[in-house]
Amino acid sequence: MMRPRRLRMIMACMAVLLAGPFASGDEIPLAARKSGSEFMSRQTQDMQNDDTSNPAMLWVLEGETLWSKPAGTANKSCSSCHRDAATSMKGVAASYPAFDETSSKVINLEQRINLCRTEQQKASPLAYESRDLLALTAYLARQSKGMPIEAKDDSRTRPFREAGEKLYSERVGQLNLSCAQCHTDNWGQKLGSALLPQAHPTAYPLYRLEWQTVGSLQRRLRNCMIGMRAEPYAYGDQEFVNLELYLMWRARGMTMEAPGVRP
Amino acid sequence: MARALVNVPANARRGDIIEIKALISHPMESGFRVGTNGKIIQRDIIQTFTCTYNGEEVFKAKYSPAIAANPFISFSTRATDSGEIVLAWRGDNGFEAVETKQITVE
Repeated sequence: MMRPRRLRMIMACMAVLLAGPFASGDEIPLAARKSGSEFMSRQTQDMQNDDTSNPAMLWVLEGETLWSKPAGTANKSCSSCHRDAATSMKGVAASYPAFDETSSKVINLEQRINLCRTEQQKASPLAYESRDLLALTAYLARQSKGMPIEAKDDSRTRPFREAGEKLYSERVGQLNLSCAQCHTDNWGQKLGSALLPQAHPTAYPLYRLEWQTVGSLQRRLRNCMIGMRAEPYAYGDQEFVNLELYLMWRARGMTMEAPGVRP
Repeated sequence: MARALVNVPANARRGDIIEIKALISHPMESGFRVGTNGKIIQRDIIQTFTCTYNGEEVFKAKYSPAIAANPFISFSTRATDSGEIVLAWRGDNGFEAVETKQITVE
């Protein structure tokens, strides 16, 4: 038998979700958008903004080493072609996912790094969430810190973005929820004890205190999907890349904070 | 190899109180978690952190399994003389990481 108080709490939680305008499609006005860091405590914000206390900087340092370390049978390092990342990679992470001519589809930063590895360095691709790939993406993302997110809107990327938008607003899983129901319709409210942010990917890859490590945006998306009791897509699936593209487009013009810290 | 991010001011005036901040990459495996095979994951933590200033110990900390991964520490000391500030972390499985920074005191 459920205690009445507990039942009332569950009803209240459901009411929050049901009260939101269903599949409203009313996007958050551009000026009303807030980065996830604005929902954090002051302490966590300070941790993110101070390079000496931001644990993700450990990955950035490692990425810096990897940048100039030769790999693969071609014995080339990233810096053999791209030279100094501070100039050549400035703003790059802020404009990914981007269209790739060869495969005629949109790819994300991790896939771009792995393309370089297989095509140029003749090395094996790095696994998703491996320390090396996170270190390289963190190092690249760091070169875009403070720059505005630049999601291109052209005829080649639009179909992928629209596919991502569809995923964002489509209900999935046993809980029958969509991303939009929490992050567009009910941001700022609570889901259980967690505060719902607006889901702008301004700081990826980021150090999540809960994970005690750095993770990619796709790891976060998988988290949400598991929470909705939906079967998550595999790492690197086109669905995830499309969703990443839509989220970046939705956050266009917002400031890159990567590598961030989140609770 | 362990990576550490250490922040020690390069210059200070004699008698000034300086802040030292250090972050180290370490899993801090508590020894209480169970792995996918049903077995306890062996404890792997940093046990002690020490800071010596020109050979003299100025700060020491004991770490416990409850401390999160990649621990950050911040403390202050008084700038007395120019010289070496050595930070050392030691722990399970023979873990040892030592970082040395120079400080100029005028």
